[in-house]
Order: sequence, then C-alpha cells, then structure tokens
Amino acid sequence: MRNLIVKIAIASGKGGTGKTFISTNLFNVLQKQEMNLALVDCDAEEPNAKLFLTEGKLKNTYEVNQKVPVVDESKCTYCGKCAEYCNYNAIFFLKEAKVINVLEDLCHGCGACSVACSYSAISEKNNLLGYVNTFEFSPKSALIEARIKVGVYSSVNVIKAAIKKASDFNLVLFDAPPGTGCPFIQTVVQADYVVLVTEPTPYGLSDLKQSIETLKGMNKSYGVIINKAGLGDEKIYDYLNKENIPLLMSVPFDKNIAVSYSKGELLTDLNSEWEEKFSQLYNTIREEYGNSSN
Amino acid sequence: MKIAITSERNSLESKMDTRFGRCAFFAIYDTETQTTDFIPNPAKDSSEGAGPKAVEFIASKGVSKVVASEFGGKAKSLLDKLQIEMLHEKDKSIAEVIQQF
Amino acid sequence: MEIAVISGKGGTGKSSISAAFATLQKEVVLADCDVDAANLYLLFNPVCEEEQIVISGQKAVINQDKCIACGECIDYCRFDAIIKKDDKVSIVETFCDGCLLCSRICPQDAIDIIDEDKSRIYAGSFKNGKMVYGRLAPGEENTGKIVSKVREKAKQIAKEFGIKTIIIDGPPGIGCSAISAIIGVDSVVVVTEPTLSGLHDLKRTLEITTSSNLQTSVIINKCDINPEMSSKIEAYCNQKHIEVIGKLPFEPLVVEAMVKCQSITDFAPDAEISKLIGNIYSKIRATT
Ligand code: SF4
Ligand code: SF4
Ligand code: SF4
Ligand code: SF4
Repeated sequence: MRNLIVKIAIASGKGGTGKTFISTNLFNVLQKQEMNLALVDCDAEEPNAKLFLTEGKLKNTYEVNQKVPVVDESKCTYCGKCAEYCNYNAIFFLKEAKVINVLEDLCHGCGACSVACSYSAISEKNNLLGYVNTFEFSPKSALIEARIKVGVYSSVNVIKAAIKKASDFNLVLFDAPPGTGCPFIQTVVQADYVVLVTEPTPYGLSDLKQSIETLKGMNKSYGVIINKAGLGDEKIYDYLNKENIPLLMSVPFDKNIAVSYSKGELLTDLNSEWEEKFSQLYNTIREEYGNSSN
Repeated sequence: MKIAITSERNSLESKMDTRFGRCAFFAIYDTETQTTDFIPNPAKDSSEGAGPKAVEFIASKGVSKVVASEFGGKAKSLLDKLQIEMLHEKDKSIAEVIQQF
Repeated sequence: MEIAVISGKGGTGKSSISAAFATLQKEVVLADCDVDAANLYLLFNPVCEEEQIVISGQKAVINQDKCIACGECIDYCRFDAIIKKDDKVSIVETFCDGCLLCSRICPQDAIDIIDEDKSRIYAGSFKNGKMVYGRLAPGEENTGKIVSKVREKAKQIAKEFGIKTIIIDGPPGIGCSAISAIIGVDSVVVVTEPTLSGLHDLKRTLEITTSSNLQTSVIINKCDINPEMSSKIEAYCNQKHIEVIGKLPFEPLVVEAMVKCQSITDFAPDAEISKLIGNIYSKIRATT
C-alpha cells in the first residue's frame, strides 16, 4: 500500500542544535528494528550524516546535472533576444562588438534563451551540480545523501533529486537544511510531519519561532525536541505550553553525549536506555501525526 | 577616449561608489569633449549577476577604462576579455578622478 | 577595515564570538549577515533608525480571468512549478524560480510578474556603535544579494559616522551568501569546533577562503570537548599554512551570557574565556 508512506523532516532554525544527532540516532534505531526506511541527508552544503552512520555501503552515486546553453556563433545573428529573455543576467551580450557569452555560474537552466532564439543557435549541455549517494545498510534501509559541488549557487535541485530517490521506501526521514530559506522549504514541503530540534536559549527560541511561522504558512504539523536541556533558561517551555506545541522529547545537556558525538559515535549504539527512548520517539511522532491528520 | 567611474550621486562633487556592479551611477567622462554624463547603473538592483550586467552596460557605452574601488571576480574576467582597463581608486570625488586624465 | 566571522555550519559559537569582538571594539559597525537567525539582534536590541526594502527576485502569478487553461506554460516551466487541477492552471509559489519564461510564452498574456519584496534590511544604533541587519521573508532564497546590501549599508554608515571598523557576522554554510559576506574583506575568521563534522566543514570553508586569497585565521571553539580532534584540526591548518589564532574551552558562562542577552566579554570581563577572546581579537587587529 503506497499511501502508507510517511515522511518526517527533522529540522532546526539554525545549524548545530543537534538535528543530525536526532536524525542519525532515530534512523539507527529504526534500521535495527528492520523497518523499511531511508534517511535523506538534505543538508547538501554540508552533508554530515554519513560521518555517524559509518556502516552503510556505498551502493551507487548519481550525478545531478543542470542544463546550460551553448551558443553556436556561426548561426547567431547577435539579435540579443536571448539576453533579453534571461532573467538572471547569465548571458553577456554586446551587440556592436558581437560578443555573446554564457556565464554558467549565473545560469539557472530555465531554458528561456533557447525559446527566445529563432535561429537555432542555442543548444544545451549538462553541467554538474552535485551528487546523490546511496549507502545501503540492509536491503530495506539506506542513507541517501545530497551533496553539492563546492561553489554551486543553490542546493535545491540536488535536494529534490535525493528526495526523489527515496520514494520507494515506506518511511522516509529528512535531515533538513538549516535556516528557513529555499533549501529548507523545498525539503519540508515534501514532508508529512516536521520535527524541530532546538536549544533552550534565547537564540534557540527566536529561531524556533521563525521556523514555526514558516511552517504555519505552509500548513504543516510539527513538534519540538529540546536538545541540551538544562542549559539556558525556561522560556522555551512556556512558549511551547502557551502555543500548545507538543514536546516530543528532551535530551539533557551532558558533556558525555557531546564528547561521543564529537567522535562520530551513535548514542543509541552505546546506551540501551537511549535506544529505547528513540524508539519511543518514533511512536510519539506517529501518534502526533495521526492526531493532526484527523 | 571614454572613462567610466563609479559614482554615488550624479554630480562632479559626488564621491566614488565603493563597489562596481551595484554602484548607483556611472560617470562617463569623455576626454575629447571633456564632458561628463551621469547615468544610473541599470544593474544596481539585479538579484544576481550585477557585475557582468554593469560591464555589459559600460562596454555598450564604448568606454576603454573604468575606475572603481573594487571589482568582483566575474566582472574582472569580462573586463579583461574586452580589454577595458581597470583602475583602482578610493574615497575620491568624481572631479578629483577626472583631473588625472 | 572589515573583519568577517564565519563558520562552515551553524552552532559553532560564531555569533557569540562576533558579539564579543563587537563589544571589545569601542566603536564599530556590526553587519549581521546571518540573515536566517536573529542572534545579534536579540543580544544588542538595536534601536531601528532606517528600513529598506530588498527586492530579492520575482515570481509569476496567473491571472485567472485571462487564463484559458491551455496548459502550454506547464510544458515550458523547467521548475515543475505550474500545475493543472480541476481544469484550473496555477503556479506553486514555493517552486517558482522567477525565470519569467511562462509569462513570455503565454498566448493569452495571462501571467503577471510580481516582485518579491518582503525582505528587509534595517540599520540602527546599539551601545557600541551602529548595527545593520537583514530579514529574509520565509522561503526567499538567500542569494548573496541581501548580504551584499547589508555590507553596502554598513560601509555607507561607517563612512558617514567616521567609524573605522566593520565586523561582519557571516551566514552559515559555504554557499553564495557566505561568499558574498567575505569577498574583499581584510580578515576572515573561521570558527570551528573539534568534531568530525567540524573538521569536514572547515576543509570546505578553507577551500573557498584560500581560493579567494583572503587573509584567514581559525578559532577552535570548545576545544576541550575532543582534544584529539582539536590537534587534528591544528595539524590540518598548519599544513595549509593557516594560523590557528586561538583555542577556546567549552564554557557554560557563554550560555549564561546569552540568556542574559550580553556578550561574554561584557557579562564576565574577568573570566578566563573573555581574556582569551580579547587576546584573539588583538591578534587579528595586529595582523591586518
Ligand atoms: S537557461 Fe535560463 S538562466 Fe540559463 S542562460 Fe538561458 S535564459 Fe539564462
Ligand atoms: S537569440 Fe539566438 S541569434 Fe539572437 S543573440 Fe541569442 S543566440 Fe544569437
Ligand atoms: S499558457 Fe497562459 S493561458 Fe495557457 S494555461 Fe498557462 S497561463 Fe493559462
Ligand atoms: S516564472 Fe519560470 S519558474 Fe516560475 S512558473 Fe514561470 S516558468 Fe516556472
């Protein structure tokens, strides 16, 4: 039954709140329970999940390309229509000097210039944007990593391609990119439920509010995990109470956890109590999701 | 010969604008007629690619030198290709820059 | 002079360090280019004096009165942003890239283009000088534009008020916006932490600063969380001839300062950590 697919995005307003800590441990626990699932690392600028999930075997690498125009100057009449159509200043054009140049870094691959040219002077080639790497843990579970090439202007296309690759799994977790910009939106827009990971500090609270504003605008249901609980202050709890936002889990600040994380270890491998807690987290999310979609 | 200078406003007393691609005006000085035209930079508010767009603009005005405080990477390589000479100046007024020519 | 503080990713304590630098410098223009997070705003609570609209791009909208649902635009849109549902064609705002192609080919001239004008930059005063900060509307992409607008405004203010130092709190990541935050500055400070992912991000960040020929130094924050990894990072920087300008221990006072909405150097000026940060800042000033 395809319609049972559940997609959960694990996100945070800013980086470093422990989003990857949550997503990799959750994946680890569910994977061990032999569930059919994929974790998609959508933080394509800095994909980190693989550093923790070392056991997966690289199964395949898929290149993500973008179309970029190539001008055949033997056919070009220097009419300039393509440059006029390009809304990204990606075609450098000088009529008198007969200069036409595609600035590939600026091109979004929209195809407008090809449509503009009535002299068939424009063809297209592929430019590499990044990769989607699939690491297999069992025949039923995989880590799918989006990774952009350094210097590529936007990670959105690579993220979309990675998410598409995960469509055959029953449960899909997204490790969402930080911020509330385009990459974040393109990831959570595909999710059924969003888990926001935050810290109990004024920064954490302000970022959380910003993320929640965005999610409200998108009509998404969500819950919160507080990481490094005990540091900072209590204001965040008041906020959750007041707004009636479910607190899905709380991870206390513990130097040992920070140390093991810094070494690339998985807490749920070291400690059976945490294994149980993450397993419970999944059930809580399912319940919350069930309630919210009723 | 024509020279383009980045300018904050449209008078000879104006200071140079520090950046190239997103400067407010270009002062185009013609050494033969010794006149200066101030033209708003059409690339100023581009979301992306302001540098190249500004190069396109001044090149279409037929300048052979351009004076600015800094040039971005893309603009630099295009100006090189078009053999438009880049001159660096900082904190001067347009009148002061023009005196050098 | 312009000093930019960046980090490969968020959460390395970058903003706490920029805040400390900004309060150590008696007169400063603080350019908050971390437009996704309002950290420095919360900390310094600047009095807003000026607001400027930033047009961050364009979006297409279908005028339903004119559209005949021929579907032609759907085939042209490369961003899968146009959908047909119950004989009605519409554009999903989230997916539209603003290329304008649909509006050019629509036979009915039924597609309007609107500016995305919800993003803002603000300028104001705080106790150590002036502050410029930006706010992106949700979902608007942080291309370098808003960052360069913030820097532009900061420079203008610095000139106007005769302030010599600009401190830039850069955006996380290594995308276009991070590049816009550091291009042409006098000194880049990269804040990292001793974790596997920290090292990994640092490598990618340094790739960019070295290829742009920028004067770069590294701070290892929370260095005692994993001394072994700290040494690895140091070794890596040495090998790349990049100076590790300071190492800071994990210090709960930093969080306390945050909760009290103060920079660490204001909150606990005599604490060891504040002295360490003070030393780092003097070194940066001396080398540029
Ligand atoms: S494909 Fe689009 S963005 Fe690229 S050059 Fe052509 S019109 Fe410009
Ligand atoms: S539209 Fe075609 S013919 Fe005209 S300038 Fe562009 S490539 Fe040349
Ligand atoms: S091309 Fe124009 S008329 Fe046809 S569906 Fe699109 S908007 Fe409507
Ligand atoms: S403007 Fe471009 S991206 Fe947006 S809907 Fe039209 S064709 Fe698609």
